[in-house]
Amino acid sequence: MYRYDEFDATLVGERVSQFRGQVERRLSGALSEDQFKPLRLMNGLYLQLHAYMLRVAVPYGTLSSRQMHKLAHIARKYDKGYGHFTTRQNIQYNWPALVDVPDILDDLAEVEMHAIQTSGNCIRNVTSDQYAGAGADEVEDPRIWCEVIRQWSTFHPEFTYLPRKFKIAVTASQNDRAAIRLHDIGLRIHKTDAGEVGFEVIVGGGLGRTPYIGHTIREFLPKKHLLSYLEAVLRVYNLEGRRDNLYKARIKILVNAGGAQKFTDMVEAEWAAIRKSEIDLPAEEVERIRAYFAPPDFEVLPAESAALEQKRKGDTAFARWLRVNTVAHKSPGYAIANISLKPVGGIPGDISDVQMEAVADLAAHYSQDEIRATHEQNLVLPHVRKDDLYAVWQALAAQGLATPNIRLVSDIIACPGLDYCALANTRSIPIAQRISERFADLEQQEDIGELKIKISGCINACGHHHVGHIGILGVDKKGEEFYQITLGGSGAEDASLGEIVGRGLSSGDAVGAVEKLVDYYRENRQDNERFIDTYRRLGADPFKEALYAAA
Amino acid sequence: MPLLKLFGSDFVPTLEEPLREVSLADWRAKTQAQADATALVIENDINVEKVAEDLAGFRVIILMFPTFKDGRAYSQARLLRERFGFTGEIRARGDILRDQVLFMVRCGFDAFELAGDDAAAVRAALADFSFAYQPAADHIEPVWRRRLDRPAAA
Repeated sequence: MYRYDEFDATLVGERVSQFRGQVERRLSGALSEDQFKPLRLMNGLYLQLHAYMLRVAVPYGTLSSRQMHKLAHIARKYDKGYGHFTTRQNIQYNWPALVDVPDILDDLAEVEMHAIQTSGNCIRNVTSDQYAGAGADEVEDPRIWCEVIRQWSTFHPEFTYLPRKFKIAVTASQNDRAAIRLHDIGLRIHKTDAGEVGFEVIVGGGLGRTPYIGHTIREFLPKKHLLSYLEAVLRVYNLEGRRDNLYKARIKILVNAGGAQKFTDMVEAEWAAIRKSEIDLPAEEVERIRAYFAPPDFEVLPAESAALEQKRKGDTAFARWLRVNTVAHKSPGYAIANISLKPVGGIPGDISDVQMEAVADLAAHYSQDEIRATHEQNLVLPHVRKDDLYAVWQALAAQGLATPNIRLVSDIIACPGLDYCALANTRSIPIAQRISERFADLEQQEDIGELKIKISGCINACGHHHVGHIGILGVDKKGEEFYQITLGGSGAEDASLGEIVGRGLSSGDAVGAVEKLVDYYRENRQDNERFIDTYRRLGADPFKEALYAAA
Repeated sequence: MPLLKLFGSDFVPTLEEPLREVSLADWRAKTQAQADATALVIENDINVEKVAEDLAGFRVIILMFPTFKDGRAYSQARLLRERFGFTGEIRARGDILRDQVLFMVRCGFDAFELAGDDAAAVRAALADFSFAYQPAADHIEPVWRRRLDRPAAA
């Protein structure tokens, strides 16, 4: 993992002092709420329906056990004993008092964490593949470049008042676990036939009220040019992006208004003018950062574990968790263990202080001290010896953290919705809870297979409904909550936007609708088709009919 | 409107000196008014590349912040300094918060028309951060260069 040196530590400390001063000006009345708002929003502090909400950055989703212990401490001391992992690998606290926020930031700085640029119209926390450095399918560890971007984008003087927020995601795998085609910039590290490693640069993806899949504006960018190329994209956006309409201000609108080719030409022209400047890091600095991400000292182990096989045969619940929640690791004898934050009837992404402490302890003992947050609002222990999986599973189960549902129908993304959010039209969490209760049967869930349900409580689409295999969008009609179903979306390497299939449904009917769609899929799937595959093969019509015919 | 000017790394309140301002449209129209102008006012939707040839005649360029959220002039200032080599004064006008002045300085601004804040508060805000990760128009050493210059034992 990256560790701060004196420069990183100084800058984060100075940001806390600056923000403490701003909070003091607010509390003394020297600043009105209107004047304070842009300042707090630069530091992840929102005013929500019932209270302030503090969003803490988890850079590219990587946490140490020490950091997780600190997050637990903050949940206990300053909040109501829990936190909420978001779709951008961050954690949010829903109930901090304004007066406590500078102290929370001090606590975070102690463990090299912060809330810098977790809101505002600036470059936000860079996200990545939760299996980075562990997955068997990656070209190299994408977090090296995430950290390069983190430093370049932190307090960037030119790009702090962009037309709108700006999100960058990086992956180094063909299997896209970071939704790179739905970001303002998506970067895919890949290797050419000639063996050279560089970035595919994808620009202009996004969700919200006008969803777009991003365009590839460069198939191959040599790694050493990353920052100058990003600077060129951001400068074109800062100068040319729309500022007259909040809803047309994201870069996706600029890219698609004039066409991807015109946008690409502008970026390439700007890049030609700056690529020889000092923006790009010298190789020594990249190597300094790379060294922090050197793989841990994995033991030389046999690929299979006899102890594991014995437990697998003797314990069906454990065997199920192994099948569903663990993934191949690049080092023989190790596995990646997913921790579901989606228990039946639970709130997607929520985790208690006690659970955080337990995860931190498990990471320290069994996972090289590392934890990852995922954009699907779960956690990961990335480096677990197969020999240890049974002990890990038992400890997780004791904390209610062993739900075997990763990628299944109850592994739902949901925005906070009207339970917390000042922008929401409807609630999202209760719909997620009811769907997971309806599909509580684990054997049935496993039989249904991969099925991504994503729920947003308003058109801003924080719950990513456009890219759900089944998407659910809450709309308010004359004070009543309605839910619109979309089908066929995907946020992965086969990215696609879902189609609206018909009139909105009541909250009760929405849950039943999911069941009808699933039933239709199970009756009509072929071979090993996933829900999304069957939908793509058959098209929307038969699913619509299944949904509305009997109603 | 109080004017703060940057000298080295400090601010000095300055009495408004008489500038003869001209808008880009008037300058282009070559009206009589522009003949002895000393300051060019450039709106923030102008591509500064297109005024590059006009810059030599002016002592001051004034860039606009219609609201503090509208950050186009940060890019305009960097381009004027770094690409088109303007060495005169670049002045920020409009909705300017003291918490933004450091970033403006980094982008090449060196004079500020500020409504409420006094020089002392702005001077303090300029010292909020000791380092910067990225190079910009102020040519301060980015953190990566300081790291390279560190004694090898560190």
